[in-house]
Amino acid sequence: MSSDLHLHAELPPDQDQRGDLHTEHQILNMGPSHPATHGTVKFVIELDGEQVVDLDVQVGYLHRGFEKECESGSWYQCIPYTDRLNYNSAILCNVGFCLAVEKLLQIETPERCQWLRVLASELSRLGDHLTRTGAACLELQAMTPFLYGIEARELTWDLQEMLCGARVTSNYIRIGGVKHDIAPSYYGSAREKLAKIRELLKDFDDVVTQNRIFVDRMKGTGVISKEDCIKYAVTGPILRSVGVPLDVRKDEPYLVYDQIDFDVPVGEVGDNYDRYLVCVEEMQQSLRIIDQCLAKLEQLGPGPVNCDDPRVRWPAKGRVFNAMEELIQQFKSVTEGPRVPKGEGYFAIESANGELGFYLVSDGSAQPVKVRCRPPSFINLAPLPLMVRGAMLADLIPTFDFINMIGGECDR
Amino acid sequence: MEDFGSVALRRLIEVHGAALQATHANFGDATALVDPARIADVMRFLRDDAECQFDMLTDLTAVDYLGEQPRFEVVYHLYSVPRNKRLRVKARVSEKTPEIATLCPLWPSANWMEREVWDLYGIRFAGHPDLRRILLYKQFEGHPLRKDYPKEKRQPLIGPQN
Repeated sequence: MSSDLHLHAELPPDQDQRGDLHTEHQILNMGPSHPATHGTVKFVIELDGEQVVDLDVQVGYLHRGFEKECESGSWYQCIPYTDRLNYNSAILCNVGFCLAVEKLLQIETPERCQWLRVLASELSRLGDHLTRTGAACLELQAMTPFLYGIEARELTWDLQEMLCGARVTSNYIRIGGVKHDIAPSYYGSAREKLAKIRELLKDFDDVVTQNRIFVDRMKGTGVISKEDCIKYAVTGPILRSVGVPLDVRKDEPYLVYDQIDFDVPVGEVGDNYDRYLVCVEEMQQSLRIIDQCLAKLEQLGPGPVNCDDPRVRWPAKGRVFNAMEELIQQFKSVTEGPRVPKGEGYFAIESANGELGFYLVSDGSAQPVKVRCRPPSFINLAPLPLMVRGAMLADLIPTFDFINMIGGECDR
Repeated sequence: MEDFGSVALRRLIEVHGAALQATHANFGDATALVDPARIADVMRFLRDDAECQFDMLTDLTAVDYLGEQPRFEVVYHLYSVPRNKRLRVKARVSEKTPEIATLCPLWPSANWMEREVWDLYGIRFAGHPDLRRILLYKQFEGHPLRKDYPKEKRQPLIGPQN
């Protein structure tokens, strides 16, 4: 054990009833790359037999200087980097960043663009929750539901591919708009695939939700109280699992979420099983939102998807090749990008893991002074020792899975 | 000092007017610039006051304004769950003594975020229980998000010691 660790917590007295059965404490290094965790993180665990006495979580293995890179390019050049934050739901990160920049630019995007962004966000959230629940089953040695989950995730990725041509790192959202509109054939194939996703979710539910082994591993493990959640600034499904209906989409509606009909599911106990149920219900709600988006987009019909603001507008390609002014504007947009007014702004959206915020500082130039991402994975991971102290080592696995720490976002 | 219609800013002006250095509400975000020596008092007040109730420290970061005096700005984002309100509190710290009081006793969420700011900006948090690097490794030299740390600089990656 290295000397810079501080592992000294005592076992709570009610767990301490086995007298002589206690062993000499041992230190176990788990990770950074462990088959039972999805995410690159190292745990230094102090164990008494199989019981966790204390835990030190060491993150940073995927640190690649996101903020430093953003500060040395243009505002546009940040967008592909945000894809690589939470790579399970890349579009949500795009949306968060672009909305924050739009807040500083004080521009509003066209209605069709906002619905497209909601559609893309919910597809992303669906994919993220499918990965989380599927991978959690896999790490509890249940292979079949994992395959159902991943098959459904493939379908959400197909839909994302039809939106923007990329499956994982989408780079779909632009400052002041989206990359392009959807094709007329999108609605039909989307409804087909959504029906298939619903079937797979049903299969998933049949195999997992009432499964005795799964329920035993999930119920009563990783419990956290409401007070601790709020003190640790935990958001997302974990906070909702303790019964706090906090959702940025409802509390501070952005885009067109105030026009959409959906519910915020909450749990009661705040254990892993509640988190699982919250995620499952959120997937159903996402499907509900996607249905409404498709209907609305069909009803709106073709229209502009980009903002008509000279600072962020890209000229029509045909004009770029034939007119001097558009050529110059294209050149300026590519080489320099928008100049964002001087000031600072924070904008938060509800990502799959919780509140994803961007705090931006601009000095009025085309280069950001500061791009801070408020990473829900990082902040939700901090109370992990609190959740597993005194529990069995095996309980660490589902608890960590449902925190859904994504290395790209946690370590930035 | 103006409160821009924000209850929290009004309460701060009333009770901690002496500790306030500036306020603004640009782009709709209520913001208070606070004397760094008073940060713990002001934050405790914002958490416990019945009209503010900022029970969540959502975000904590810093900005390096190289060339300005004082050089660094520590930025706190507060959120009130019962009132659904946000507030940004900032405090300037100098390059010579980059130190400010820790908020760990008020909100445990400050623990990791303060470690991150120490790691990347080199701002010390007085009274922090465990101020280690968090994203970078122990042997790393310097604080890379400082504006005078060159982006191209490379450092050898040291393997684990144990």
